[in-house]
Amino acid sequence: MNNQISRLAVASLVLVISLIVGTTYWQAWAAPSLANRRDNSIKVVAQFSIKRGNIYAADGSLVARNVRRRVGGQTLYFRRYPKGPLFAHPVGYSTQARSRSGLEQARNDYLTGSNTNLATLLDTTLDKLRGSTIEGNDLILTLRPRPQKVALDALAGQCGAAVVLEPKTGKVLVMASSPSYDPNLVERNFRRVQRGTGPCPVAPLLNRASSGLFTPGSIFKVVTAAAALDTGKFTPESTFYDPGYCIEYGQRVNNYDTSTPFGTVNFTQALVNSINSSFCEMGKRLGPQTILDYARRFGFYQDPPIDLPSGERAPSGLYQGGKLLPRSKERDADPGRLAFGQERMQVTPLQMAMVAGAIANKGVVMEPYLTDRVRKPDGSLLVKMKPHELRRAVKPEIADEIASMMEGVVTGGTGTAAQIPGVRVAGKTGTAETGHSGRNTTWFISFAPVDNPRFAVAVVLQNQSGTGGSTAAPIAKEILQALLRSPSKGSG
Amino acid sequence: MSLRNRELVSLVVVGVVVGFGFASVYIARQEVVNSASLSYGLFFLGLYLVAHLIARMTVPNADPYLLPMAGLLTGIGLTEIYRLDENDAFKQGLWIVIGLGAFAATLFLLREDFRKLESYKYLFGLGAIALLLLPSVPGLGDTVNGARLWVDVGPLHFQPGELAKILLIVFLAGYLREKREVLAQFRLKDLGPLFLIWGAAMLVLVVTNDLGGGLLYFGIFLAMLYVATAQVWFVVAGSFLFVGGAAAVYSAIPRVQERVQIWLDPWKDAYGDGYQTVQSQYSIANGGFGGTGFGQGTFTDSAGHQLIPYVNTDFIYSALAQELGLIGICAFLLVYMLFAARGFRIALLAQDGFSKLLAVGLTFAFTLQAFIIIGGILRIIPLTGITLPFVSYGGSSIVANFVLLAGLLLVSDRANEGARA
Repeated sequence: MNNQISRLAVASLVLVISLIVGTTYWQAWAAPSLANRRDNSIKVVAQFSIKRGNIYAADGSLVARNVRRRVGGQTLYFRRYPKGPLFAHPVGYSTQARSRSGLEQARNDYLTGSNTNLATLLDTTLDKLRGSTIEGNDLILTLRPRPQKVALDALAGQCGAAVVLEPKTGKVLVMASSPSYDPNLVERNFRRVQRGTGPCPVAPLLNRASSGLFTPGSIFKVVTAAAALDTGKFTPESTFYDPGYCIEYGQRVNNYDTSTPFGTVNFTQALVNSINSSFCEMGKRLGPQTILDYARRFGFYQDPPIDLPSGERAPSGLYQGGKLLPRSKERDADPGRLAFGQERMQVTPLQMAMVAGAIANKGVVMEPYLTDRVRKPDGSLLVKMKPHELRRAVKPEIADEIASMMEGVVTGGTGTAAQIPGVRVAGKTGTAETGHSGRNTTWFISFAPVDNPRFAVAVVLQNQSGTGGSTAAPIAKEILQALLRSPSKGSG
Repeated sequence: MSLRNRELVSLVVVGVVVGFGFASVYIARQEVVNSASLSYGLFFLGLYLVAHLIARMTVPNADPYLLPMAGLLTGIGLTEIYRLDENDAFKQGLWIVIGLGAFAATLFLLREDFRKLESYKYLFGLGAIALLLLPSVPGLGDTVNGARLWVDVGPLHFQPGELAKILLIVFLAGYLREKREVLAQFRLKDLGPLFLIWGAAMLVLVVTNDLGGGLLYFGIFLAMLYVATAQVWFVVAGSFLFVGGAAAVYSAIPRVQERVQIWLDPWKDAYGDGYQTVQSQYSIANGGFGGTGFGQGTFTDSAGHQLIPYVNTDFIYSALAQELGLIGICAFLLVYMLFAARGFRIALLAQDGFSKLLAVGLTFAFTLQAFIIIGGILRIIPLTGITLPFVSYGGSSIVANFVLLAGLLLVSDRANEGARA
């Protein structure tokens, strides 16, 4: 029988070897592809075993921190947001059930210490070898809590958004979207978060500031004016005759108020009084492609280059059926209506703040950013974000010309509600009609002080019955006042 | 060094290894070292020293490595079970004590001559069938996870199939020793009982829904038949019969179809039927080369819910693979290989047919059972729920495997004694 026993022993050996081969396959060969599968719950949990970095506002106050909890013999870290809804949209959330959003997603690498900076790589590798908890890096944001609160409070009860940039750097000082939500509730009470609260409970999770698309109306005239002046086809002294309307394709295109035509006006007066017919004439002479080329120079037609997840940024431009109009169809666009921000133009508040910022910054568009610094767990500086130029939109002298026209809007035009005693404020109002009363989208873009611009603002409100000058301008003023009051700490 | 002294030294080494394993779980848990980890290692070592003393008294010439290897496997299993659920570990500890009791009882009862069992072979055969059918008795049986494998008597909850496996091996060893010459002649009338056993295996498979058990019993049967008769044709024919029977069962029982579907593509229904397999594979893959380390694997989601159902019984290999990594788990598999090698060595050294067949049966049963469950987890074969010998949580399995170990030691003792004389 010994021969058979030996053969059976060999067969058993083969069985065990097949187990070794099988295990090797799954642990060595197939492991990377299994690790990358989205439904791999172990990898989801692993994200929670990392002590994510804290997030701080520009003044050093805590925006996101961790609570330690022991689950199944492991120490896991869950997020808490001490400021509740205040920074919900830019900061976002990090949960198991709903994954991540906002900076929590966009800066996940830094926050989990999986960024590839040599210093971090060394730290986390040592942590792994020691078996100790991996600590992520802290973020210090450009956002300022007090103006942010003023903005969110001013928007309360309405659907809208407000963005403030520092024109010289692109730092985002305020990013408020209303209605907001409490990120602390996302993990356990997502339904309540989705339902929203208040008089305008629509889509609370949408960051209207960076991904909400709205018809710009007259604020787009700043872009048209930039195109008109920078191409040299018009000067601030160019004159227009306003009969109260403009003829396009044999049809009348009316001003906001047709009852009191302005008669003969120059370029500056046309912008200060936001005369549609003059911009309509301007648009017809420039053609849609020139206007859109200048829009591109301001950053239209690309995701705003801000540190938010791509799903939370939307490009501004002409839209058709929820998509950007292809370039080949652009020359068929209605130039007159496009010139005063109608047609199918859709913009984000962030993009319009970039336009205001570019005018304030001598014609140079800066890339907006929310993360100012990244700090290692031991408190030392890892990265200091540097301002980046997106591109030059217009010549410096053209920017100055438009800036003084926009100052005229506030001193004696449609935007007088934004006047601040002792501060030179520039602005432009916008009221995009939807054809339904009480459904206007109202805007105000602005920067101040004009002699040394520190803040560029865009405010949008949905479902308004008033004009941009009467609804959005006072909010922009409030936010600017809050910014002018607060010390510019951390804006070096 | 004498055989028993070798056993003693190996056991001390195993005790140290297991103590370290437990200490690492403890450190990962409490983030401090505590004397509890040490006392655990000492208790475990003490338990096996008692077993060693019993072996010294009853089977002084038996193989010295089987007991330490069993100790290592139970130690690793207990550590992993402790890491998964402390209460289960306490119960498993009790079962190991009971298992060692059964081990001692078997050695004491049969220390004179285990071959007297041969005279009772038909009693063992009937006993095996009775035990197998016990869960199907109304009022006694309990269905867990779709298979009727459990018997509830008062507070006791056990799987008689585990013990039936050993009774079956004793019966086959006796029966085949007697009939091996006539069976080898391939006469139809002698083949009757074989068809009967095949039929019984199929019946058990259908009645209890226990695919793993059916495969195990039939595998043991074919292996022992081959060793007894030297006829490969039996194995070939038997395999065909089993596959044919399994195919018939496949079309008849939805549970079997489901298992085959999962085997082929668990991701097709990753949150339904395939859930367990999918989670198990993530667990294994997460181990990588070095593993996460004892106590540091991930077996619950961030809300504390268990990711792999039945992780401490059928799927303990997935847990071990994650925490030990490829290097550790290969060492672990090599323990099984060594155990099998020692078992087959005993069979080779044994002097009479019954002893040889008994040793072969016990050894192959041990190896095949490990292959069926681990192979199922690794998707080498379709998954069938069955315990991993000495490692999985479960009383019946622990007790049965200690009896199996005692059987091998008895055969080994006699063989070595004979060789010395």
